[in-house]
Amino acid sequence: MMASSYNAKDEDGHITVTGPGGGTLRSKKPENTAFKQQRLPAWQPILTAGTVLPAFFIIGLIFIPIGIGLYVTSNNIKEFEVDYTGVDMSSPCFNCSQNFSWNSTTPCTCTIPFFLEQPYESNVFMYYGLSNFYQNHRRYVKSRDDSQLNGDMTSLKEPSKECEPYAYHDNKPIAPCGAIANSMFNDTLELFYNDPNGTKVQIPLTNIGIAWWTDKHVKFKNPGAGEANQNLTAVFQGTTKPLNWRRPVYELDAAANNNGFINEDFIVWMRTAALPTFRKLYRIIKSPSNGMMPTMPRGNYTLEVVYNYPVRSFEGRKRMILSTISWMGGKNPFLGIAYITVGSVCFFLGVVLLIIHHKCGNRNNSADISN
Amino acid sequence: MSSSSADKPSVIKARAGLFWLQKTETVQDEEVDGEYGLVINGHSLAFALEKDLQLELLRTASAHIGVGISGQEGMQAVLSSDFSFAQFRYLQRLLLVHGRWSYLRMCKFLQYFFYKNFTFTFVHFWYAFFCGFSAQTVYDEWFITLYNLMYTALPVLGLSIFDQDVNDRWSFQYPQLYTPGQLNQYFSKKAFVRCMMKSCYSSLILFFIPWAAMHDTVRDDGKDIADYQSFALLAQTCLLIVMSIQLSLDTHYWTAVNQFFVWGSLAGYFAITFTMYSNGMFLIFTSAFPFIGTARNSLNQPNVWLTIFLTSLLCILPVVAFRFILIQLRPTINDKVRHKMRKEALPAPTKPVRVKRISTRRSGYAFSHSQGYGDLVTSRKFLLKIPVRTRPALFTETDSPLAQNQPQHYRTITEEPEGSQSP
Repeated sequence: MMASSYNAKDEDGHITVTGPGGGTLRSKKPENTAFKQQRLPAWQPILTAGTVLPAFFIIGLIFIPIGIGLYVTSNNIKEFEVDYTGVDMSSPCFNCSQNFSWNSTTPCTCTIPFFLEQPYESNVFMYYGLSNFYQNHRRYVKSRDDSQLNGDMTSLKEPSKECEPYAYHDNKPIAPCGAIANSMFNDTLELFYNDPNGTKVQIPLTNIGIAWWTDKHVKFKNPGAGEANQNLTAVFQGTTKPLNWRRPVYELDAAANNNGFINEDFIVWMRTAALPTFRKLYRIIKSPSNGMMPTMPRGNYTLEVVYNYPVRSFEGRKRMILSTISWMGGKNPFLGIAYITVGSVCFFLGVVLLIIHHKCGNRNNSADISN
Repeated sequence: MSSSSADKPSVIKARAGLFWLQKTETVQDEEVDGEYGLVINGHSLAFALEKDLQLELLRTASAHIGVGISGQEGMQAVLSSDFSFAQFRYLQRLLLVHGRWSYLRMCKFLQYFFYKNFTFTFVHFWYAFFCGFSAQTVYDEWFITLYNLMYTALPVLGLSIFDQDVNDRWSFQYPQLYTPGQLNQYFSKKAFVRCMMKSCYSSLILFFIPWAAMHDTVRDDGKDIADYQSFALLAQTCLLIVMSIQLSLDTHYWTAVNQFFVWGSLAGYFAITFTMYSNGMFLIFTSAFPFIGTARNSLNQPNVWLTIFLTSLLCILPVVAFRFILIQLRPTINDKVRHKMRKEALPAPTKPVRVKRISTRRSGYAFSHSQGYGDLVTSRKFLLKIPVRTRPALFTETDSPLAQNQPQHYRTITEEPEGSQSP
């Protein structure tokens, strides 16, 4: 028993130690604040019938109109799709797909006629779609050099290691390097309208304004940009074109603002798709300036394809899609149907819960909490 | 505390706060299921730690925690215990309030942690079918780094520190609330499997709803939205919002700190994402931040937000419905007390609890600085069963200046004078 110090217990039972010297040491008792004693003011919600049931009904009542709106909007979007891979013997592009060779100098063309049932108003967007093409493969996705594409002169001559094995060819750096650039889509699609008189009218296609603004103006820059009167051919001196390309990057388009790395088809392709079946914007068919005629009236059309892109080796498919656009994007009935379904299920569940609550909801109110 | 004795005579675990052990028979390891072994003071601890009892004590030590009481008899109990305090009555608070809260917080934390990480990983499993099994991540690499580090760290920390189901006074009033901890109800193998199944379901929703919504879709100006970067942003935003809502459902005690952590983490996610995907960061660290422009270009699309909304509700509504049905059909003691708590005021702290107790409450008085009830204990008048053998008094009178102290005022147990009482 310790006789040397006197331990006095106060009412709360804590010991204040008086040292041998006589001064009182600091108490070890925790402070009696709300934070330290876990008495902070708090909101304590519980799931009562008064909150859960109205929530379910309200969610049901909100979702169903949204779903109907989405579904109706999606149904009003007009879309037309034509597969031009040439798998069937009867397809016009069968010969092109069979006779494809990498070394051919004469391009193979095929012509596919189609008929539009409904006239398409306002801007019509023309897409090319690919299937079974895994642009989201891990090795493929990282096979690019963003610094080179941003116009960095060092990276132009020394592409990053991620681009291997598409970084150098014949001891020259490839510009643009990487597997993504190498596999760029290079079919040419043209549309013709066969008007009732029988003449074939070419439909004007716009190839500007198809890529994201941030991509075109921030992410992708030609090397040596900012200099006046740049000659792209000179800038890309010392580099070579990707293996699968027919033309080098500085000959992608005659227009200066669409040539080199900032070519919009190139930019669109470099934005890799998330899923193996995807579509990418190819051209825009602007609505005519007088506004009276539909952009694409009902009738016969012809699609002329310069078949450069081989997909049959990996069971891929190519298609051309014409679509109008609304506030929710392209034609996709899934969201509308999903909202309607979830809204109805929610409402139904609310009714079921209401019944359950009505029958058995008093078990909580019973005052006897058993010992 | 509880004082039911073992049926087998070989080990008597707890009897009126004193510790007995048959020296002659081997001690069998038996399951402790609601029984407690208590070593009250230094003398009984010293007795239990006698040389030939020490091994048996350790072998039968299926106690979950050891609690020692510091005091006049010395500090041996304090040195060998997990918790120690100065007065015996604090044991009630330790067990019924802090122990219970600790168990609750731990189980909630574990369940939530497993859920959020399993869901996060299972989404990658589903994506593998669509990316050629090449182990491409669905999410941005920065998101993967910051997910556990920043976006979901603080909210769950707030949950683990502050959460309470009922406050301390209600805990005292209803000690039955302690039962789920004894029965291991909140986190067991069954609970873990349920958590896995919930994760599986959530991951299906979190992948396939964005997949179906983005399949062959474009922006409202015709440009691309089904690209890898936008899809990653959509999937990660859905995931984070679902996790935040799930945490909000789990949190029963919303202090200001919790509110700040949860909403702050969500706001932080958007702030950090917009910063990382901004022009400036791309131009400075080109290869590290390739997602430039993605946040601006996809988060201004109505169908992206509609997809996020749909995904969150589809993940959360079954949980809410299920919990509500359980509360209605099979309310646990917790639910009942919480419902009561909403209706009634707090019980006053000094109100004596008219809880029927068996007479072993006298064991609480076995430890006191005054002479107390030691004679009563050793006379075994309070025992229900026939004791094994008589034992001498375990502690002698202490002749200290404190012997003149008044007996401590125990607020929760009514005092009834029985037997001799110190002056």
